[in-house]
Amino acid sequence: MTYSASTSDWAVEADGLVKTFGTNRAVDGIDLRVATGTVYGVLGPNGAGKTTTISMLATLLKPDAGSARIFGHDVQRESQVVRQLIGVTGQYASVDETLSATENLVLFSRLLGLSSSQAKVKAHDLLEEFHLTDAAKRPLKNFSGGMRRRLDLAASLIAQPPLIFLDEPTTGLDPRTRMQMWDTIRRLVSTGSTVLLTTQYLDEADQLADRIAVIDRGRVVAEGTSNELKASVGESSLELRLADNRDLDDVRVAIERVLGVDPTVSPEAGRITAPMNNPDRVTELLVTLREEGIHLAELSVAKPTLDEVFLTLTGRGVDDAETENTAELEGSRA
Amino acid sequence: MTTTTITPSPRPTTTIVPGVQRTLKNRVSIAETLSHTVTMAYRGLLKIKRTPEQLFDVTLQPIIFTLMFTYIFGGAIAGNVQNYLPIIIPGILVQTVITTSVVTGVQLREDMDKGVFDRFRSLPIARIAPLSGALLADTVRYLIATTLTITMGVIMGLRPAGGMGGVVAAALLVIVCSWAISWIFAFFGVIARTASSVQGISMLVLFPLTFLSNAFVPANTMPGWLQWFVNINPVSHLVTAVRDLMNNGTFGADAWISLLGAAVIVAIFAPLTVKAYMRKA
Repeated sequence: MTYSASTSDWAVEADGLVKTFGTNRAVDGIDLRVATGTVYGVLGPNGAGKTTTISMLATLLKPDAGSARIFGHDVQRESQVVRQLIGVTGQYASVDETLSATENLVLFSRLLGLSSSQAKVKAHDLLEEFHLTDAAKRPLKNFSGGMRRRLDLAASLIAQPPLIFLDEPTTGLDPRTRMQMWDTIRRLVSTGSTVLLTTQYLDEADQLADRIAVIDRGRVVAEGTSNELKASVGESSLELRLADNRDLDDVRVAIERVLGVDPTVSPEAGRITAPMNNPDRVTELLVTLREEGIHLAELSVAKPTLDEVFLTLTGRGVDDAETENTAELEGSRA
Repeated sequence: MTTTTITPSPRPTTTIVPGVQRTLKNRVSIAETLSHTVTMAYRGLLKIKRTPEQLFDVTLQPIIFTLMFTYIFGGAIAGNVQNYLPIIIPGILVQTVITTSVVTGVQLREDMDKGVFDRFRSLPIARIAPLSGALLADTVRYLIATTLTITMGVIMGLRPAGGMGGVVAAALLVIVCSWAISWIFAFFGVIARTASSVQGISMLVLFPLTFLSNAFVPANTMPGWLQWFVNINPVSHLVTAVRDLMNNGTFGADAWISLLGAAVIVAIFAPLTVKAYMRKA
């Protein structure tokens, strides 16, 4: 089957993907375009539909509606072709726990058509590359989280697929292991791979991804480069805690007037948060507050978090989205 | 540091071949399917090697059942243990090996619940390979159970009149039929929600089938209505066929009926299982 070169600029093209589990529309019309040779981040809270989306793109789940193509090949009609072009690493696509690291890599290499001796060489090379040689024969039960992820990733790279799906590659890893994982992913990209990764951490998408799609409740709510996204939520946010909660309204008015932005008020905590587009004007705000005789208990500047991206883009916090969707999605994957 | 000069170390330096430049095909050939099946069976054997405790059923059951049933029933049914051995060993052989085939379904369910199954599904391999590989690997379990039961019988004094050829033929017949039956349990394994429910359903099917047969007791000692069932029970035919082969070296009507039954089971359950499996896979 041949395809015109024009479709090949995109590693991933998804149009209106829909997946429903029972009454829950886990993925509700997602469009994605991932350019070949780039890292694309899909950012969203638990249950936003990230894993479901990847599962459909990786031919593990059948979309209820919509279509997707990997390097121009339809995921449903040419699923076997697509499987030759992708590597999948995630919380789900894992390795066989009863086998050792070497046995796993040899098994997958053999399944991918390598001869017995080629498979051994491949397993050896990959273990070395991912610093797992010392643990090659140990049972996987004794592997740390970071070692498990590395082995998972190594297993996805046997066929050197031009597109790699990484589903939350660093969730649950300690900061040091997370950095190592990021280095590995960067190295991967330098060899010409296209990477589509999902994450709950804005920081991670920021570090790795050329473009980011923010998804929530199965929909893409924002798409762009990390700078574009951050610009939309403000580089950082200013957080004020007041000595007297009765001043909250006055402060809100002052912020709207001086900073020209719409702050978020948490009356219970006596806290008020505002996007900080222009740090210079904060001084003016503070002067205004002093002139009005309003006392602050605490003042801090917070970098944008996923929570704020969410608040800004959806008008809702991460927690709401999580409690609504997680339970049903987790259950339906079994 | 030791260096390997086998390959010109391709990984970190070489760039990945772009998707558009690859030759790809959307079909898996029969040769590849067979190769994937054998690789998956190899995985099954590695698993057995890693967790030898899962072989308890095929190692201990033949030994304990042979000892127990022979000494309990021997005197009552055949006058003495020596005369009972040619009757009971084929019976226990069939019962043990068929019971072993339940494990296929249980392990398949456990396996399908694991993350590694998702990886198998994301690979460009034959969809059926994880299933066919598991079924193939399980014939090793049947072989172990068969060998142990017959060895146990020989130790206790069984001298099969059918000779070596008859015994080997009997063993093969039991393994083939159990493999066929394992498709039934594989089907339960694929459609069931949990591994323990597979175990439950399978035992419910298996108990009447193996005990309401001529495996332990001659059918003519039973009431008429039960004799009717025992005589049509396929397990009875298989037991009779094994007795014929081991004790007389003859391959008679019962053996043909058993093979026909096995073929029918595979013809019905293999497509059912594969279909249910593909829907999930």
